[in-house]
Amino acid sequence: MSTFNILIAGFGGQGVLFAGKCLAYKGLTENKQVSWLPSYGPEMRGGTANCSVILSDTPVGSPIVSNPNVLIAMNLPSLDKYENATASGGKIFVESTLIDRKVERNDVEAFYIPATKMATEIGAPTLANMIMIGKVIKETGAVDFNTISEGLKKVIPARKADMLEINLKALEAGYNF
Amino acid sequence: MAEKVLMKGNEAIAEAAIKAGCRHYFGYPITPQTEIAAYMAKRMPKIGGTFLQAESEIAAINMVYGVSAAGKRVMTSSSSPGVALKSEGLSYLAGSDLPAFVVNVQRGGPGLGGIQPSQSDYFQATKAGGHGDFRMIVLAPASVQEMADLTIKGFELADEYRMTAMILADGTMGQMMEPVEIRDDAEIKTFDKPWAVTGTQKKREHNIVNSLYLKPEQLEKENFTRFERYKKIEENEVMYEEFMMDDAEICIVAFGIAARVSQNAVVEARKQGIKAGMIRPITLWPFPKKRLLEASKNVKAFISVELSMGQMVEDIELATKCTRPVMLCNRVGGMIPSPEEVLQKIKETQGGIN
Amino acid sequence: MIVFDKPKSLTDAPLHYCPGCTHGIIHRLVAEAIDELGIEGRTIGVAPVGCAVMAYDYFACDMVEAAHGRAPAVATGIKRANPENIVFTYQGDGDLASIGTAETVHSATRNENITVIFVNNAIYGMTGGQMAPTSLPGQVTQTSPYGRDTSLCGFPVKICEMLSQLDGPEFLARVAVNNVKNIKNAKATIKKAFENQVNGKGFSLVEVISSCPTNWGMTPKDALKWIDDNMIPYYPLGVYKDRSGEAK
Repeated sequence: MSTFNILIAGFGGQGVLFAGKCLAYKGLTENKQVSWLPSYGPEMRGGTANCSVILSDTPVGSPIVSNPNVLIAMNLPSLDKYENATASGGKIFVESTLIDRKVERNDVEAFYIPATKMATEIGAPTLANMIMIGKVIKETGAVDFNTISEGLKKVIPARKADMLEINLKALEAGYNF
Repeated sequence: MAEKVLMKGNEAIAEAAIKAGCRHYFGYPITPQTEIAAYMAKRMPKIGGTFLQAESEIAAINMVYGVSAAGKRVMTSSSSPGVALKSEGLSYLAGSDLPAFVVNVQRGGPGLGGIQPSQSDYFQATKAGGHGDFRMIVLAPASVQEMADLTIKGFELADEYRMTAMILADGTMGQMMEPVEIRDDAEIKTFDKPWAVTGTQKKREHNIVNSLYLKPEQLEKENFTRFERYKKIEENEVMYEEFMMDDAEICIVAFGIAARVSQNAVVEARKQGIKAGMIRPITLWPFPKKRLLEASKNVKAFISVELSMGQMVEDIELATKCTRPVMLCNRVGGMIPSPEEVLQKIKETQGGIN
Repeated sequence: MIVFDKPKSLTDAPLHYCPGCTHGIIHRLVAEAIDELGIEGRTIGVAPVGCAVMAYDYFACDMVEAAHGRAPAVATGIKRANPENIVFTYQGDGDLASIGTAETVHSATRNENITVIFVNNAIYGMTGGQMAPTSLPGQVTQTSPYGRDTSLCGFPVKICEMLSQLDGPEFLARVAVNNVKNIKNAKATIKKAFENQVNGKGFSLVEVISSCPTNWGMTPKDALKWIDDNMIPYYPLGVYKDRSGEAK
């Protein structure tokens, strides 16, 4: 697969946009063609949030991912909304602490990650997003996991550098799940 | 060579403006372009510049007028309803031959409309920026890199031709992040401004920045002179990009986000054996009329893909002298056509011409 | 020996104002203040829309013509671009107190370091005598032919009183130019408003009660008396705010 059309969807506060940035920056450090496009709306905590990330070997046309080949569903409404839009043969990553149903399509590959629960267990309850990303990298090879910290350093501002380690820990937990 | 970084389109505009030598920003918050103001609020105090949140869009554009009259590079940014409020100032800037750089990150309208992406200010930007006979140079970026590059170009053109250069972007272009490299300072052109009001120092006659001419003969002359300059711009400053046009039978015309979506559709159409191509205007005024007329000799139909009710269709028809059908593929109100919708329109058009 | 001369800060262009109009006096007072402070070479004036629209031809310093009501915003831009310049606006009542109220209030509250000369003659002169935001209750104008009815059009806007409620502005004063004593006081006040800017103190506005014999339908002499009898009682003269401690 030379182009990853990734859609990350959930609610505000789950770090959906941040997770997308992490992938996009990692792609940039690997000299891939990348784009990152957030949904935007009236500023509201807890509202729906999603972002399109494209990682490709060729120039990115439309930055809007309407038929993802990688869907990361962080809550039930997101899975309900985007399951059928997912491209045939694509991969769906389901946050299974919050989503208690299975993927109904049988032409896609589904992965169930209890990311919120795992994040709490490693002492970083807000980093379910990073656990999901770890698993996505493992199953898609979209970016190189060995050098993941390079991408992370770009998205974590210097004043929050102490957060780097815990984010890496969450990524690893997801990668090894 | 600067390092490539990921930036939102709005931020790229702000950083590029600073690189272009802009040290004065005036604005009023409105979605989806507020990142520009936020970026300037952070950066300007650190580089000795001015960031001022004006009491209104009207005040902001008139502050721009003041700085420009004083001979400095200056900008304001807004989104559709806010730009409508600025139209008074845009007209005065034109009438006083003052350079200005203005950004419109469009949202759906009319009225308060919505806050999702739109291109429905095409008429406003290219034909009706305010009262009276005047033009603005209208630049339509289709990537974050172009948001930056056209910002620098915009400041240069504005100074060179003493008029407003406007970036006509949309919510998607403003909000998306892509790798971007901001050009080095050294390459940026600057221009002398002997007309600026900087104080006579008692060494010269007083300069007057003014758009009032009570004698009709004189006002007419001012207009004719200004339009001579516009003619030069139409001859020298047209920018567009072509995609798979060599043997194209169906030519998409699209700018900004609509061009990005259409590019996918053209690639897909080619896979299916349809000879589709695209001309993407980068300057909406001056419009790439000559290139479209030339294209009309080889292509069988045009499709205007836009986020409006077909405002650009008229310009394509005029440019091609109505020699070929011009179809419309559009979504409005904040909706964006999918590549599939554009492909469908290409197929329909193909069916119609065969 | 020359005992009376034209200020250097005025050009030789003949003023277009009606006979008996006090704009000429106010232009002269502004020009004298600029001359006396020795700031002509670094002063930039902003002309309004209204009777004083062509002030750019009369003042010898660099001049900018602004859109109606926007002079304080334009002046803000000029001052921010080149803080070493001395920037003043010259605005009428329609310009400053009606269409440009927001720009007035906000440049005042920002304590923008500019000087504002506000000419209040209670009428729109340039367009031929319509009701102004400062027209007096009962005042007959082209658009209040039965007299300003406050139940329909509200009350006059008292700019000095209104702005004096703000924490921002440095100096607010109302003067008149209808007799020698008032003119001398107006001169000193206008000069102070420029000095404040030179000393970096901030927003200084001088409201000048002025006459419009043409549109008031009076002789120039009666118009000056009308100021004493009607305008000043409604718009009391004085300093409304002065952070250097002189407010009454």
